[in-house]
Amino acid sequence: MATETTSQRPLPAPFNNSTDSLTLITQGAEALLYKTTFLTPTTPAALKIRPSKPWRHPTLDKRLTRQRILAEARVLAKCKRDGVSVPAVLALDWENGWTVSEWIEGVTVKEALRKRNLEEGDSAVQSLMQRIGHAVGTLHSIGVIHGDLTSSNMMLRQDPTTHGTLDGDIVLIDFGLATQATQEEDRAVDLYVLERAFGSTHPREEALFGVVLEAYGGVYKGARATLRRLEDVRMRGRKKSMLG
Amino acid sequence: METTHLPHLPDHPLHICLFEQVQNASFLRRQLLEGNTDFEYAFLDASVLLSKNHVLASCFRSINDLLNNRLKTRNVHSEIVFALSPNSNIAESFRRFGLSDDSKNIVAIKVGGDRAKIEEHLLANVEGKAVELTDEALAGMHDAARIRKIYRLEAPKKGEVNVLSRESEALLLGSMALKGS
Ligand SMILES: Nc1ncnc2c1ncn2[C@@H]1O[C@H](COP(=O)(O)OP(=O)(O)O)[C@@H](O)[C@H]1O
Ligand SMILES: [Mg+2]
Repeated sequence: MATETTSQRPLPAPFNNSTDSLTLITQGAEALLYKTTFLTPTTPAALKIRPSKPWRHPTLDKRLTRQRILAEARVLAKCKRDGVSVPAVLALDWENGWTVSEWIEGVTVKEALRKRNLEEGDSAVQSLMQRIGHAVGTLHSIGVIHGDLTSSNMMLRQDPTTHGTLDGDIVLIDFGLATQATQEEDRAVDLYVLERAFGSTHPREEALFGVVLEAYGGVYKGARATLRRLEDVRMRGRKKSMLG
Repeated sequence: METTHLPHLPDHPLHICLFEQVQNASFLRRQLLEGNTDFEYAFLDASVLLSKNHVLASCFRSINDLLNNRLKTRNVHSEIVFALSPNSNIAESFRRFGLSDDSKNIVAIKVGGDRAKIEEHLLANVEGKAVELTDEALAGMHDAARIRKIYRLEAPKKGEVNVLSRESEALLLGSMALKGS
């Protein structure tokens, strides 16, 4: 038998018996993401696996895996139902710890910004920022808090003609930390997390982040109040960092 | 009849046939009720099937549940009927997605087994015209309003034709995937 390196964890059933291609895309702290096919050999899909954590008690481990998988799938289903652009959930197995969702053809916003052609100027970035603000506003308008808004948890749906540009519809992904909440404070913190992550990942584009907030402010009733609350959240954030 | 493999399930070939204008649904239904083991098929009423993916998703879930020893019904074939339902009421799922005496268009599915024998048996026993199972064929047979009602999809806006979109398929598959959670 071939020896397995520590990074190659065995796949859960039924994928351990698969003869179809499974390409590892990312290996995060909580999950492995593979590109594969589902239902037909020509339908690409994203397989997200939450491997068991050997240091946790098996009963607790199973319960946590189940909770996380179901929470993410339920939020995705709600988003789909309420018209927020997210990948469709195609199948899941909360006992074995996997979810299959629609494959989004395109790139993460992070990749798109990193690889953009700097000669193109700011207008393409501004348009992208508007789409981001609109997407997050729509998410908040249905009472969902993402919990981990970063430019790697947003994708741009692209085809070969738009590849390499900043065009494309925004698709929000990675709802592993999402919650359903209706508090203004939660929405403001969600925006603050995005603002901070964006600033550190994209220092070159940071100055244009205001466009995200401006677009956000027009999406739902109460969005302006959330933006005012964001100012309080920033203030607290600064105090905290001054205290060290 | 089409024989296909779902990705990741190489040991469970699916034999699938769509029959149009079936004349003997009540006979077929009786075989199931009497537990005639020659008729171990999933028989689905095409009037509540949105698309080919809708059917294949129920097959995937049923075979995966079979592999994990957690079928809620008698066998993988009855499970395919049950898996289509968005809720866990077995009797209701059979009524909605299985055969009734006046079913007209029927999808027959067999998991595993000898292709030639299955095809011969189906063609000999189902009085109807065998056609390929495609999205277009199902679109001409299904009752969009009924599917909306079962899966609690929003009604079409006033003046819009009652057709089901790709987004609807996503909602159906999501409901089926989350069932029993
Ligand atoms: N549905 C999808 N379609 C295409 N790519 C995806 C999809 N979901 C995730 N990815 C890719 O995989 C990466 C990791 O997925 P994510 O859900 O964010 O998991 P993690 O918890 O590891 O961050 C994403 O940044 C994206 O590049
Ligand atoms: Mg992520």
